[in-house]
Order: sequence, then C-alpha cells, then structure tokens
Amino acid sequence: MIPPLTRPKRKNPMLRTRQALLPPRARSRAALGLTAAAALGRFELQVCSDCDAVQYPPREACHRCLSDRLRWRGQTGLGELLSTTTVHHSHDPFFRERVPWKLGMVRLDVGPTLVVHLHSGCAPPPSRVRVDARLDKSGQGVLLAFPIDEVPNMADDRQLREMTCDPKFRKVLVTDGKTSVGQAVARAVIDAGADLVWVGYAEPWKLVPGLAELGALPQVTLLPLDLSDSRSVKQTAAEIGGKVDILINTAEVHRTEGIASRNGVETARSEMDVNYFGLLRLAQEFGPAMRSRGADGQSSATAWVNLLSIYALCNYPAHGTFSASKAAALSLSQCLRAEMRQGGVRVINVFPGPIDDEWNQALPPPKLSAGSLAKAVIKALKDGVEDVYPGDVAQEWLARWQDSPKVLEREVSL
Amino acid sequence: MVQSRENSAVSGVGARDYRDLALVAPVTVPYVRYSIRNAHWFVAQALSRLLKASKLDKSDIDGLSVGSFTLAPDTAIGLTQHLGLTVRWLDHVPLGGACGVVALRRALRAVQAGDADVVACIGADTNHVDSFRESLGSFSVFARDAVFPYGSGGPNASFAFLTSYYMRTFGATREDFGKLCVAQRDNALGYRHALFKKPLTLDEYLDARPIADPIRLFDCVMPCAGAEAFLVMTRQRAQALGLPYVSVRSTCERHNAFPDDPIQMRGGWVLDRDRLYGAAGVEPSDIDFVQTYDDYPVMSVIQLEDLGFCEKGEGAEFVRRHTFTTDGSFPINTSGGQLSVGQAGCAAGFLGLVESIRQLTGQNLARSVPEARLGMAVGFGMITYDRGLCSGAAILSGGQA
Repeated sequence: MIPPLTRPKRKNPMLRTRQALLPPRARSRAALGLTAAAALGRFELQVCSDCDAVQYPPREACHRCLSDRLRWRGQTGLGELLSTTTVHHSHDPFFRERVPWKLGMVRLDVGPTLVVHLHSGCAPPPSRVRVDARLDKSGQGVLLAFPIDEVPNMADDRQLREMTCDPKFRKVLVTDGKTSVGQAVARAVIDAGADLVWVGYAEPWKLVPGLAELGALPQVTLLPLDLSDSRSVKQTAAEIGGKVDILINTAEVHRTEGIASRNGVETARSEMDVNYFGLLRLAQEFGPAMRSRGADGQSSATAWVNLLSIYALCNYPAHGTFSASKAAALSLSQCLRAEMRQGGVRVINVFPGPIDDEWNQALPPPKLSAGSLAKAVIKALKDGVEDVYPGDVAQEWLARWQDSPKVLEREVSL
Repeated sequence: MVQSRENSAVSGVGARDYRDLALVAPVTVPYVRYSIRNAHWFVAQALSRLLKASKLDKSDIDGLSVGSFTLAPDTAIGLTQHLGLTVRWLDHVPLGGACGVVALRRALRAVQAGDADVVACIGADTNHVDSFRESLGSFSVFARDAVFPYGSGGPNASFAFLTSYYMRTFGATREDFGKLCVAQRDNALGYRHALFKKPLTLDEYLDARPIADPIRLFDCVMPCAGAEAFLVMTRQRAQALGLPYVSVRSTCERHNAFPDDPIQMRGGWVLDRDRLYGAAGVEPSDIDFVQTYDDYPVMSVIQLEDLGFCEKGEGAEFVRRHTFTTDGSFPINTSGGQLSVGQAGCAAGFLGLVESIRQLTGQNLARSVPEARLGMAVGFGMITYDRGLCSGAAILSGGQA
C-alpha cells in the first residue's frame, strides 16, 4: 500500500534550500546504451546477434559465445524477484539523504540477474515483477522493478518520484498560452494535478480565443511574457523564477518559407528570435534558479520541456527557415540539458510532426492535434524521458532518420 | 594422525603435492582504523617483520607476491625499487579475500619449480578516511555501472540480498548468524591485534543499528589498514633455519563458478572439495579448526556447507549444534576473524592463513585450539557485480607432526 502524495506545505522562506546532489553518474561507454534507451522510455538490454544470449551488466563481448555483435533490444522486463533489501546506510551523499532505500535482485525470464531499485508496490519475494528502465537524477539509465499489476498511487512511490517529473502538486510555467498547443498543455498539466500554472502571453493587444477562459481557471495565472524581449523574460523570471518546478516552452514562430520563396531575412529572424534566442533568454533567466532547486523537497524543480519539431532532425525545405530555427534550438537544448543535469532537472525535447494548426494548413493529414501533443507532454513528464516523438509522422520520420539521415534528406526534398 | 595418501589420481595430471615445502614466519602489521601511511609502508613493515621472524637477510628474498588494492598507481614491481628488493619471481594478486590462497598456491609452485627460493607473500592495504567510499565506485566496471548507482550501499547491500535469500530458503535466523559473530568476538578477546576489544552479546548483535536489511552493524566488517604476511620456502630450508613451519596438504582455487545460478548460494568449493580432501588424504571431520572468509556471517555458513562440514541448507542447524570458540566443538576464526579483527583490504585474504600457521606452529597470539594438527583457511572474494567470484581453500598441517 503506497500512501498517496499529499500537497506539500507552503515552504518556509527562511529555510535553506537543500542543495541538489546527484546519484553516482560514472558509467562505461557500453552502459550508456541503457541510458540512451531509457531516454526514449525504452528498456533495452544487449542481446547477442550470434547466439541470442541476453547480457547484463552491459559489456563488450557476449558472455556465452564471445561475439562482439551485441545489439540493444527491447525487453519485456518480466522476471522473478529473488531477494530484497532496504539500505539504511549509504556511502553516497545523494542516497544518504534518501535512506531508507529499497533494492531488489531480479532474475529476468530471459536470463540475467539484475540489481534494481524496488517499487514499494512489489510483493515480497519470491514474486513476479516487471523491470523497466528510467533515468535517475543524474540523467543516467537505471533499472526499477514494478509490480506486474497496477497498484493504487503507483506514481507516488517516493523512489519512483525521484526519477520522474510528475506534475502532481507542482508549479508549472507554460510560456505561451495564445496557441492551441499552449492552451491544451496548460489544461493537461492541471488535469495531471499541478498546483499552479502560470501561462505567458505576448502581444496583449492581439486577442485570441480561449485565453480568457484559461485564465479564469483557479489554478491559472496569466502573465505577460514575450520571448523575443529580453526585458520581458527577465522581469517574469524575477517574479516567479524561484518557484517554477516545470517549465514548458510552447512559444514558437512558424512561417512556411524556403529560401527562394521570400526576400530578406526578417521572417527567418523572427523565427530565430523566438524559437532559438527565446529559448536562450529563458534558459539564462530561469535555468540557474531551477537548477538550484533540483532537490527542493517533494515538489522540487524537475523538468524543462521544449516544443521542438521533427524538422529539427532534418530540414523540411517547404518549411526551411522554421526547420533551421528548430535545429538551432535542438542544439542549444543539448547544452541546456548538460547544464540542468547538474541540478537533477530533466530537459525534455518534444519533436512533433506537423501540428494541426494554421501554419500547417496546406499539409495533408495525418496531423497532430493540440490535445494529443499535450497528452504526450504529460506522459513524458510522468515517465521522465528526454526525447518524445509524438504522432505517426514524427515516428515515421524518426525511423527513417535512424535508418539513414541522408536517405531522409532526399526523400523529404523530392 | 591421518596418513597422507598418494594423490595423483585425484588431483589431476601433473599436480604434485607440496610435501617438500613449508610456510614460515607468520607476521601481522597491527591494524589501525585509519592510517595516514600509504600501502607501501604496510608492505615495508610486513617485509621487515618477515626478515626479523626468519632471521633472513633482504637479499635472501628472491620472490615477492603482493596482494593490495591501494598501491595505485604502483603494482608489485614498483615495490621492488621502493623497498630495494632484487627478485627473480614477482606476483601481484589484487584478489581481495582470495588473494592469500591464490598467492600461496603460486608461490608454492614457484619454489617447487626452483623459480624462487624464498617467496615473501604479503597482503597489505592502507585505509584513509575516505578511501573505502572511493574504492566502491571504482572497484569494477560492473559495480560502477550496475551496483553503485543503486543506493551505494556497497557490499553491505550485495550481501543483504544473499543473507535474506538464504534465511528465507533455508530457514536460518538472525540468531544463527549472531551465534557465529558472538563466538568470534570471544575469540578476538584473546588476540591482541583485534580492533574490537569489547565482548559482544547476542542481544547487542540483534539490536544493532540496521545497515541493509537483514544485515545490521555487527554483520559487517570494519575497513581498516594493516598487513599480514608469511614466507614460502622448502622444508629443508625451514629446518636448516630452525624455523617452526607448517606443511600444505592441499589447496584449491576457482573463479566465477556456477555463473548460471540466479543468486549465489554456493561457491567454487563445491567443484573442488573432493579433490581438496582427496589430495590431503583427509576428511572434513579430521579438520581441527577452520578460518572461514567471514566478510559476512552468511558466507561463513555457505563455506561450511560447500566444504562438506554439513549439507547445503543445513548450515543453520550446524551452527545450532556446535560451539565456535577456540575451546568449542568446531573452532572457527580463532583470532576473531575479520568481523572482530577488522578488514584490512587484501590483508583480510591472508588473515586466516597467518592465523592457521600460528595455531599449527605454537606461535599463538590468540588462544590456542587444543592439540590442533590440521587447519583449513578459506578464501573468498571479489564481488564485482552480484556475487563473489573467487573461492579457494588450503588445508595445512603442523610441519613437525
């Protein structure tokens, strides 16, 4: 029985904010394969291409046939919980602050024995469990054993919450509430249990449908925020920067231009100004404060979400300048991720295909609805992943890109 | 007195017995919880004590075997220059709890083959205030990738899994493990180098601070600094020098046994025990004392089972039936074992051998086991992921017997 999470008390502003420590992050190169899969929400282990033996811990050669052809392959994670322990004494400062800490030893049905973090809903051994991979506060892949069947308050498990970015009882900033995506995301985080949602809006003289209704919700506070304006970003950060637990950057400028179709750089510059420099401005003003609150109690700062585009992976010439601005944002997000990781704050990149909005009017379906995109953002937060490719188009692009970036480049430019 | 029997049939092709060889000069560099010295200092002290005990000159030592985790960036070779030793046989055995038995086996063969005349076998480690924590994250690639990020409980957590599983599967209780720990503490009270000098009661054991369930404080060894050492030479040489010596009746060594067992409930001894007893020409019931590798009491119980003193799963019943002090029905860890003496890194892999040599040559620093003629020292170690990979054992007898 997992006690449900309770709303944290208002923080005493006189108290020192606990410094964000991280669990051990050193890994061999082979072991980073686990992290790479976990970043996408997958549990993969090395499987020998020659003899099918499943390997763990990660290694350089098959323990059975010595082949070096080890491929990372998805796993069901089903196995038997052999033994458990609760650690009361740890040698590591991160865990020292968090003991007692439950661990398990699991024999996977496919062979290897795993040392895992143990979800408190698991029945005592011997029992059946399902092992899955998560990213820990260091951003490294780790294994967790879950009960086979859903138990009440599953996501509220104290150890699991150290590895997820669940919006429940957290304070969220959605940077642009004037788009359908921004509004859908704001509503979705409220539905997911967020305590307070700040919703930014630029150009207050230009009214859009839905914003006033959103602002009327008890959890929502509307804030003027213009990502192309350094002063606006600084001012907003000065007001709320120390309180934001999850920042979701939905602001974007999207015009459907290539190079030859338009003279001058003004349109491209306005895309860059919000999509790239806007992110940089936000990161400079909000990043340090969030990073310093990475271990600030049950509802610490936990995640930063960027709305990118699948075109960030490979330029889509019909939306050429937009693609370029998203590619720039992707590169910057990797820098941001490296910096935020030091505070245990996850940077989540969302790579949608075309969204069903005015700027993709001419594109045929399938297109991603704002609601589906919002749902994908919430799932990413709850699972604590790093990269999300919501929708069929994004999934297809991703598969093609992983198969061959060069072939994809030719395919989309036909 | 048990007759030695011809053993070539059971010990395999080419395996020769050790009858012309001797172990002499058991020495200990007194343990300290923390030291500002480097491991080199402990090796030097050990070597110096070996020379004093054997009345040999440094130039007589022509073989060196060192077990240590804390020499980095040096290995044994750096020590030759550091200590001004010129040797014609050199070995570095950083195998933790198994390094004593493994060093012994190699040194015996070196002397037997004439590659060296006198081999100094030394297990030594230092312990600075933070060195244990630092060693955990860098102990092995597997530990760094797949154990340390999980709560960083170190070996306590790893052995907690085994202890918990053993208790559930075979019905052992905390009281059973406590009985061993209490008896070893009693043994330690008679050993001046033991770091734990206060008697331990079963209630204190049971109520101690929880570390990693079901393991509590007195199930755990205390990391410390220190060294243990002995010399390997021919029996003829030992006799000529007038040194008390022991003979090695048989030894065994096995690494990564039973890799397909889901969880470690047995070690490589199961594969080697028939050969071990066969080569020595003795039965388990002939052994007068056992120095188990007691990094956690569950391992002592598993060793007693795997080495044939009782059946698998009957360890708890065996513990209930016996007493384990030096005057008990089944003396184990007669100087207190690591649980009461302290775990000085690789020196812990030598502790049982050095104590066995003392017991069998009447050079006791601890209380003596009455009329002990045959002793066993067990090695176990290197939990690089989820289980201890190395296991070994040696059966020793009083040389003059």
